[in-house]
Amino acid sequence: MKAIVTVLGHDRIGIIKEVSDSLASFNVNIEDISQTLMQNYFVMIMMTDVSSSSYSIAEMNVRLKEVGKRLGMDIRMQHEDIFNCMHRI
Amino acid sequence: MLNKNEIVETVKMIDSQNLDVRTITMALSLFDCISESGKKTADKVYEKIVRKAGNLVATGEEIAARYGVPIVNKRVSVTPVSLIGMASGGYKEIALAMDRAASETGIDFIGGYSALVQKDMTDGERVFLDTIPEAINATEKVCCSVNVASTKSGMNLDAIEVMGRKITELARLSNSFGCGKVVVFANAVEDNPFMAGAFNGCGEGDAVINVGVSGPGVVKCALEQVRGADINTVAETVKKTAFKITRVGQLVAREAAKKLGAKFGIVDLSLAPTPIVGDSVAHILEEMGLESVGAAGTTACLALLNDAVKKGGVMASDSVGGLSGAFIPVSEDIGMINAVRRGALSLEKLEAMTAVCSVGLDMIAVPGDTPSEVISALIADECAIGVINNKTTAVRIIPAIGKKVGDEVDFGGLLGTAPVMNVSAFSPKAFIERGGHIPAPIHSNRN
Repeated sequence: MKAIVTVLGHDRIGIIKEVSDSLASFNVNIEDISQTLMQNYFVMIMMTDVSSSSYSIAEMNVRLKEVGKRLGMDIRMQHEDIFNCMHRI
Repeated sequence: MLNKNEIVETVKMIDSQNLDVRTITMALSLFDCISESGKKTADKVYEKIVRKAGNLVATGEEIAARYGVPIVNKRVSVTPVSLIGMASGGYKEIALAMDRAASETGIDFIGGYSALVQKDMTDGERVFLDTIPEAINATEKVCCSVNVASTKSGMNLDAIEVMGRKITELARLSNSFGCGKVVVFANAVEDNPFMAGAFNGCGEGDAVINVGVSGPGVVKCALEQVRGADINTVAETVKKTAFKITRVGQLVAREAAKKLGAKFGIVDLSLAPTPIVGDSVAHILEEMGLESVGAAGTTACLALLNDAVKKGGVMASDSVGGLSGAFIPVSEDIGMINAVRRGALSLEKLEAMTAVCSVGLDMIAVPGDTPSEVISALIADECAIGVINNKTTAVRIIPAIGKKVGDEVDFGGLLGTAPVMNVSAFSPKAFIERGGHIPAPIHSNRN
């Protein structure tokens, strides 16, 4: 099962480390990372495989939200189908 | 593979443009609850709703968290109660049982305190209509709808007369607030997931999931990107956006039905506003180029919007139904509220708008001393638009007790704030008092 993690906010040091540490603790594999700056606004997108995790996406979101709060960023994990349904026929 | 822009677009739609699934509505048949006494029927109704919809709220929240899209309301609709209680009586007891079941399951609203009397009424249905003010005032979450006209049957002027009186009585009993939970229909649909008009039609199954999508803010933002373009571009942009919104509804509906052991029914493609900024249908019309909704051109812009939403949505879902179009409730849309406040939008213009979009005169406050025959006549006018044009129309009107034109009624929450609107002072009393039945219209020689 694939999920997409998006991280939005002002750029700062250590974002990737914090988020990937959390994902590792959930036993989630990161398959692809891309990041970009849009007008000083940091956007990071991680494609992940959550099949081996014992946590649900809902549970992981609760934890990721806490990390986001600490970093002052908006972090969320969503099942990939929400993106596929919108953008693929 | 998905690209970055697509992912960011979806996240933005949810984050800053108020994309949400407005409602997951579980439609339940209550035919198996009919019993010989009102109490027994009410007990069975309570038991069935709690048994079937017990997991609805938890399932909705689980799906919302999985896809990261808010699901605002979880609701239940049931078979028209006028039929379920006809053998046993005890309509009010059934309403109270529905309300208790709604509280027990944690759902937001339960619809189906309803009657279908478009041609004539049985004695049981007359009794039922009489109970409406008391039943709706005594309950918190029960919604009521009455179908008083259809294209095939014409208009039941007797029922229209009764509903004018019942709405007036309910306004007095509930200090206006109960009237937000009562809607009078022409051509009511049997699979509508939206309140107050949701009920599970007699031709429907035992437990069906119907989903209502929303997203006026998303459409408005998409149109901001095509400012200055010709109107074809506007229509195409609405269509493409409606497609994306509807796909989310379809995803959620399928998943909810699977998890709840119910059938997937329909996705309703309505654009449903809320009173918050950035979630307004009126602002979409203004984005098309109107200084204010209510200006000349409003009906044309609304017709385009309504049609384009359907065209985009129909391709996005394998089963489309319900009301499917743009809603124009006054109190629930900040753009509509402001248009009335600035004197740009009148009841007459709203009536014209209802000829080209879904539903009708919705969440409109009128002076508290409006005679009941005027309410009936407003219902009759709206029904005529629906009956002749072969579409659903509805009236959800609120006599604002103790208030006059220019005052406001604040309902709080999603029901919003309604400025009291002016109604013609000339009387339709003799027309309404005639009673009887307006024949079904002819459908050849259409002009």
